[in-house]
Amino acid sequence: MKENILIIGGGIAGLEAAAMLLRLGHSPIIIEKSDRLGGHVASWHKLFPDMTPAKDVVDRLTAEASGANIFLNTEISFVNKLTDSYNIMLSNGISIITKVILVTMGFSLFDAAKKEEYGYGVYDHVVTNRDLEQWFNGKDDPRIDNSAMNAVGFVHCVGSRDEKAKNSQCSKVCCITAVKQAIEVKQKFPDASVYCFYMDLRMFGKKFEDFYISAQRDYGIRFIRGRVSEVSENIEGRVVVKAEDTLSGKPLKVTLDLLVLMAGMVCGDSCTKVAGMIPLPVDSDGFLKSKDNIFDVMESPKEGIFYAGACTGPKTVPETLAEARAAALDIHLYINGLE
Amino acid sequence: MDFGFKISPSSAINLDKIDLTMFEKLHEMEPDVYKCIACGSCSATCPAARYSGMSMRKVILDLQRGREKEVFSMMKNCMLCGKCTMVCPRGINTRHLILSISKLYCETK
Repeated sequence: MKENILIIGGGIAGLEAAAMLLRLGHSPIIIEKSDRLGGHVASWHKLFPDMTPAKDVVDRLTAEASGANIFLNTEISFVNKLTDSYNIMLSNGISIITKVILVTMGFSLFDAAKKEEYGYGVYDHVVTNRDLEQWFNGKDDPRIDNSAMNAVGFVHCVGSRDEKAKNSQCSKVCCITAVKQAIEVKQKFPDASVYCFYMDLRMFGKKFEDFYISAQRDYGIRFIRGRVSEVSENIEGRVVVKAEDTLSGKPLKVTLDLLVLMAGMVCGDSCTKVAGMIPLPVDSDGFLKSKDNIFDVMESPKEGIFYAGACTGPKTVPETLAEARAAALDIHLYINGLE
Repeated sequence: MDFGFKISPSSAINLDKIDLTMFEKLHEMEPDVYKCIACGSCSATCPAARYSGMSMRKVILDLQRGREKEVFSMMKNCMLCGKCTMVCPRGINTRHLILSISKLYCETK
């Protein structure tokens, strides 16, 4: 008898793992709480470092995983542990008995409104990285002026590396995302001054540093080392930003037409909820805890339960896809071992 | 009138009021000036630095912050030895940059 494999989460990790499992001869089931596949990537516009359209990535992954049994608009109602398997009751009334679960529930974007000093949801021209991507995708946003902008600022590390926001981790991808978005804004508004307020720039990945050099040299993006301390609004409704220019050791002020907050990654809401049902342990960084953080990142401490993607910590798209493939192979070997 | 105290002028930088026309002209002559990552290698290796306060990193930053007076007083101490150019990880020809700054800013003064 073929083993059921339940993949929880239809983002890029779930899709890639399903595609790999299909190729290995299994028939995975994907459940997804929203009405579409692709997770966060589906609401993104372009991906660093080659400006690949996010839609192409999601379309390709969706096509490759189309042989899986996919339930949209479906959540887990409750989980019963049986002797050597789990009975999962879904919100659509179907119950699944399975020995193998792959958790691909990813991250949630940090709620930027929690950093009150930045005025998200209070001032007229403060948006998040995700709002800006959706605007790039053609969605109108009353906070963003389509016709002209003179000055735009990006705030790095919003809700990342911030103990007070209960997230002391670096979210990894925001530095490079800010550089990417700054370039895209500059392409749309070549005469605008574009500023990035950073603590330090973590350009760890393939071609990230080249991307940063290009932002400086080819686009004249101005990088200011200093964390934004407060944001206010002037009488014209423009955004006034205060930070220390730590390189010159002086306080600095600038007025902007748009301020973009680079909200970081926190463990997914539904991830924490489902982890509580199974239950799965949470690591000290707030993300799901692996069996071992070097050798068994894709395995949970519970037998038959695997992880892939950002549910165990912030990851880039290629890192997530690599993990999904690795987890699929782990599952394949695990099922072969059961027989 | 002397009250026995005075208020120092604000040292805050207001980017809205800084005129970057000259810096943009410099950028046309020296496109690499945008590439500085403020690592401080140039200042650390500068033989004039420890006696005179010359710092190439600060020169590039101050030009972008409208603090040209400070730039001129620092640059007077440069001996054009070129060590800063040798150590710059971004490959900026800082020696040439110093000459261009002198040329551009002195011509217009």
